[in-house]
Amino acid sequence: MSSIVPAPIARQPWQMLAPLFVLVAFGAAVLYSAAGGHMSPYASSHLVRFAVFLTVAAIMTRFSRDFVRFFAYPVYGIVLVMLMAVEAIGFVGGGSQRWLDLGFMQLQPSELMKPVIVLTLARFYETLPAGLTNSWRSIVPTGALIGFPMALVLLQPDLGTALAIGFGGVVTMFLAGLPMRWFALGGAAAMVIAPLAFFFGLKPYQQRRVFTFLDPESDPLGAGYHITQSKIAIGSGGITGKGFNEGSQSHLNYLPEPHTDFVFATMAEEWGLIGGIVVIGIFALILRWGWKVSMRSNDRFSRLLAAGMVATIFFYIAINLMMVMGLAPVVGIPLPFMSHGGSSMMTNMICIGTLMMVNRWNRDAPKTGLRGMR
Amino acid sequence: MLGKLPNQKVTTASLKHSFDRRAMVIGSVMGGIGVLLASRMGYIAIAENEKYRLESESNRVNLSLIPPRRGWILDRNGAPLASNRADFRVDVIPERMRDADYTIGVLAEILDLDAAKIADLKTQVDHARGFQPIEVASGLKYDQFAAISVRLPDLPGVVPQRGFSRFYPTGPAVGHLLGYVGPASAEEYEKDRNPLLITPGYKIGKDGMEKQFEQDLRGIPGARRVEVTASGRIVRDLETREDVQGDPVKLTIDGPLQDYAARRIGLESGSVVVMDCETGDLLCMASMPSYDPNSFSAGIGRVEYAMLRDDERVPLRNKVLQGLYPPGSTVKPMHCMAFLDAGVKPEETIICGGGRRIGNRFFNCWSNHGQVNMAKAIYQSCDSYFYHFAQQVGFAKVAEWAHRMGLGEEFDLPVTTQFYGTVPSPTWKRKKYDQAWQPFDTVNASIGQGYYLTSPLQLAVMSARMATGDRVMPRLILDGKKPKFEHFAFTPEEINYVRQAMSDVVNGPGTAGRARLPLEDVKMAGKTGTAQVVSLSISNGKTGPWKYRDHGLFVFFAPFDKPRYAGAVVIEHGGGSGSAYPIARDVMTFLFDPQKGLEALFALEKQWGGTAKQRLERKYAAYAAAAGESVAPAPRRDEDIFDQVEAEARAAATQPEAIATDAITPRTEANPASAPRAADPAGATAATPTDPTAASAPTPAPSPPASPAR
Repeated sequence: MSSIVPAPIARQPWQMLAPLFVLVAFGAAVLYSAAGGHMSPYASSHLVRFAVFLTVAAIMTRFSRDFVRFFAYPVYGIVLVMLMAVEAIGFVGGGSQRWLDLGFMQLQPSELMKPVIVLTLARFYETLPAGLTNSWRSIVPTGALIGFPMALVLLQPDLGTALAIGFGGVVTMFLAGLPMRWFALGGAAAMVIAPLAFFFGLKPYQQRRVFTFLDPESDPLGAGYHITQSKIAIGSGGITGKGFNEGSQSHLNYLPEPHTDFVFATMAEEWGLIGGIVVIGIFALILRWGWKVSMRSNDRFSRLLAAGMVATIFFYIAINLMMVMGLAPVVGIPLPFMSHGGSSMMTNMICIGTLMMVNRWNRDAPKTGLRGMR
Repeated sequence: MLGKLPNQKVTTASLKHSFDRRAMVIGSVMGGIGVLLASRMGYIAIAENEKYRLESESNRVNLSLIPPRRGWILDRNGAPLASNRADFRVDVIPERMRDADYTIGVLAEILDLDAAKIADLKTQVDHARGFQPIEVASGLKYDQFAAISVRLPDLPGVVPQRGFSRFYPTGPAVGHLLGYVGPASAEEYEKDRNPLLITPGYKIGKDGMEKQFEQDLRGIPGARRVEVTASGRIVRDLETREDVQGDPVKLTIDGPLQDYAARRIGLESGSVVVMDCETGDLLCMASMPSYDPNSFSAGIGRVEYAMLRDDERVPLRNKVLQGLYPPGSTVKPMHCMAFLDAGVKPEETIICGGGRRIGNRFFNCWSNHGQVNMAKAIYQSCDSYFYHFAQQVGFAKVAEWAHRMGLGEEFDLPVTTQFYGTVPSPTWKRKKYDQAWQPFDTVNASIGQGYYLTSPLQLAVMSARMATGDRVMPRLILDGKKPKFEHFAFTPEEINYVRQAMSDVVNGPGTAGRARLPLEDVKMAGKTGTAQVVSLSISNGKTGPWKYRDHGLFVFFAPFDKPRYAGAVVIEHGGGSGSAYPIARDVMTFLFDPQKGLEALFALEKQWGGTAKQRLERKYAAYAAAAGESVAPAPRRDEDIFDQVEAEARAAATQPEAIATDAITPRTEANPASAPRAADPAGATAATPTDPTAASAPTPAPSPPASPAR
């Protein structure tokens, strides 16, 4: 290790942080363009938020494992209460009731639930005796732990976030070693329930989004507009893009939400396939690092926690990119580290912070080797 | 892992093992999705790049056509009869409107539209197809234009623009002649898929010259490529190509004369046609009352349409071409020429004893003229003379000449419709009614009654052909060339004889003393006509319900000895020829001495309450105030209006048919001042008119032709 760089800095996981900084900076550049060539209102607040939540992540890194384990259930309880509070006193924005006004900031508790559900399940399976993994005791409590917040979020209604919570939870359960049959049965049940839920559970605007996804060109000026315009933006960018600040789709308002959900299309229009590959590549580097952190962990809690966090980030990325490329219906899920938006930045940085925290635990107590056996 | 049995013992170690394997699976799935996304993006960005680049460009760039300025319609001296006026206008494109009622409401508030206009707009929007634009208003004030422009983001589908609108300086005077312009209908667009037709602000000719010369007048549209936002806001101009104005169309019409004649018709319903005898140029084709083509350009409003439709003087009918009237006595000089051709000598006389026996029946003349030769028969309009000689030469022969003189004929003119009327003859009657020709048919037809039907244009052509002895062909387009006409086989003496007799109608002891021109050096020749439309038992033709009154007709040419101009005036239900020839007199006065003509007109217009345009505007305001919103909408297609007008015109022309089944009782010729004296020898002396203008020295009788050719 080089002597020029101080140890506390050299200790940091630069193989993840360096690509992350590049990605956030790139995101800021895209937001700069989306604002018509201005730092405000998107790019500057994007960078400020990143700085704030990076600090939060750095602080999280200092938490000890016991501390985290101790607070897992209380935190889950607090967030669940906040979700109920949203139903009771939250305010409505964009057609659904998602936010709590805390005075100094507007908080979206459903976002917090995404990492918290992973934490809670990791804690639960850590304490579950191995022998009970195949019994009802391994699934009924966790089903309730996932089901309550999902139901509350669906009531808001916010299908995307509910699915994200469910995804994080299910991946954690899968990795916890629950019998394969259950997942197969669950999948089959979902296939039965999905159509019923679609016709009776979804709001008309959500149903329309699904239909539109199946055939976006059927209604190019209506609900299919988003997908069509997004594909036009990506497709017209070609290999090298139209150039920085030259995207007509975003600048002339053809692209809906060019700074949030469709930021990838905004980027692809100006930077082309090359920019897209770079972004996907960086995400791959970050997720691979997170996955390795999970693999290197030497206890069940850390393993499940880290893997669940990676899955949560992955869910954001995959659904968002599939959406902008016309492979998934339009669900309001932003792209991590690039989209403008405090809630998504918070959630994703909590995930990153958690991964850095687990990484520190691993470093302090490596699985193998002679050093640091404490 | 998959095959693990549920009862197998699960240990911490096996869980760790399972975790590693399952993490492998999930990691691979994640990587797979990553690769899938990257390839999907590659597919969109490379394979479909061409397609999406085009779509992006068509998003970004909006090509808008600049409607070409329409070519002017000029009169013979190059003065515009129809020109263009720069103005601000606003159209809506129904397909792009999100909330039509709200948008119309906002526009109505800014533009201060009245209830009828709003109702019209809503009807039009409901019936609009495709991207067909609908004009909301033109001639906006700048602040109205600005008020709409700033609200555009809230008003999708609204197109305010600077442009040109058609302007007819003399308004109603040229309504029937030129027609009007309006936005293309869906049917017209389907026929001609020219994107210009659905460009907001572009109008096509709907009637008259505007329709006939549409392709010449149209011009070439300009184009503007602009970068637009999704909401249609223009970011910047990329490229602009100027439009090319349409070609002008130069008519033979004399603009001031057309306007004068239209105004001179005054409160009457009728038409004036004046043509140049040497070239056939139509100098004036006035038909009144008319509509103001300026107010039709935004589509025909329901109130205006109702007002025009309900008017019994049919302002929508072009009476010059679509009005058919029994010519009455105006055909008598032409019949004389037919008699001359058949060998009748001008000096041959008959005795009019208040009528004449034809076959075994006595037919009345309108008066008792005593001994009558050809000249007297013309200037005193003696019916007996025509009964006698028409019977003698046979009406088939006369009808042949009527056709040669232009009656019952269509002319090669660029007009949308012209009615050709009827010249009755034995073969015609056999064909039409399968009835034999009766003596009373000859009697009726010989004095221009019965089944005889002519249009004012035909009467003017007849007048020009009689005056010159040439087969003058009317024309409307000025091409600078002087046409050569076929000459009829009359001797100059014969022609002079008829000219002199027709001059005596006006300047001598004739029936139209008051028609004398107030000019020293120009004398007008003419022939009066009174056409009955109903039998004597219904109306005496002078008083009573307007629609039963006689038509007043007058054909004329001037100067009488060297004819330069010829024409016809027909006043519908004017109560006799006395309603027609004063108009002819003033129109011809204007032609030779505009100042004098205008003085006469100004005096009259003071009584009438303003010019035709002013009266029409007042009438509209009064009608609109009375009718308000209760008026039913105008037909959606202008063609429906035309068809209806034409059908009504044809129906109206059949009115006199009812009395054609028997001999009519001739009416007194209009000029009471020139009541004939039965004892007068033919052409020996003049009447003693009470009209001061006619109280001049007796004009010498026409000298009989020295040696008639036949």
